[in-house]
Amino acid sequence: MSTVPVEYFLIVAAVLFVVGAVGFLLRRNLLVLLMSIELMLNSVNLTLVAYNRLHAANHAGQNLAFFVIAVAAAEAAVGLAIVLAFFRVRKTIHSDEANLLKN
Amino acid sequence: MSGIGTFDLLFFGLTTLLVLLGGIGTVAAKNPIRGAMGLLTAIVGIAGMYLQLAAEFLAAIQIIVYAGAVVVLFLFVIMLLGPQATTSAGAAGTKVSRYFGAGVLLVTSVGAMSLLWRTRTEIAALPKLPPGHGTIEGIGRELFTTHIVPFELSGALLLVAVVGAVAVARGKQIDPTSAVKVAVAKKPTKQASGEAEAHTAHAKEAG
Repeated sequence: MSTVPVEYFLIVAAVLFVVGAVGFLLRRNLLVLLMSIELMLNSVNLTLVAYNRLHAANHAGQNLAFFVIAVAAAEAAVGLAIVLAFFRVRKTIHSDEANLLKN
Repeated sequence: MSGIGTFDLLFFGLTTLLVLLGGIGTVAAKNPIRGAMGLLTAIVGIAGMYLQLAAEFLAAIQIIVYAGAVVVLFLFVIMLLGPQATTSAGAAGTKVSRYFGAGVLLVTSVGAMSLLWRTRTEIAALPKLPPGHGTIEGIGRELFTTHIVPFELSGALLLVAVVGAVAVARGKQIDPTSAVKVAVAKKPTKQASGEAEAHTAHAKEAG
């Protein structure tokens, strides 16, 4: 059984979330945007599991992380399908090209 | 913090290195395939962290679902798109607003973290684990009693997501680019706005 305090994991999760969010704001490749979303979801899962370690009487955090993983898998499938459809129309996956609704 | 074992600290350091390097690699990679590899690294590191947090079942799920399915799906799409997925089309330079937004987010989050660090309390002692915590049996028992409704709903969500993904990715059999070109060539004129008005009037009638 590990003896590393839960706070350390929370710090790692917070840093990972910021990395993912900055990547989501900075990058323009739609695939990289989806990967940044996955990073953020993973960091939130890590936070949930870490807090569940502090309240070990039940599995509420781990169960919620389980559902988040299921939703993230569905989101990745639908998101990648949208990227494919977008690529078919615009022949690029540059997010700046998604401007059909602009004018 | 003298209670941390050497091996535990080493394992934690290794997984932290994997997670942070993988995350930064994902975000910074020019080539999306490298990005997917960075995501894989981060995911494996997080699975190791789940192991340290007494969540063995979730560690296995993490490897199976993320490393086995999601990353492979990303790789499939990257290969399907071909070289266009990797070229940074129209490298006209990133807009200032983009850097501004990211900078604001970075400063805010670093400020929040330092604020938390200054007001931190002493590190909580780890509670004793009840037997079966984080195992398939422990989680499954709660999943099939307390959380049975969301569990069934997540099954329905996955089914809908699969059907929706196929429907969206397959598209119509006609070439959608021809319609788009016509729409782009026809700049929004009075005719278009008149059409929109007609639409709203029609909607009002229908409503």
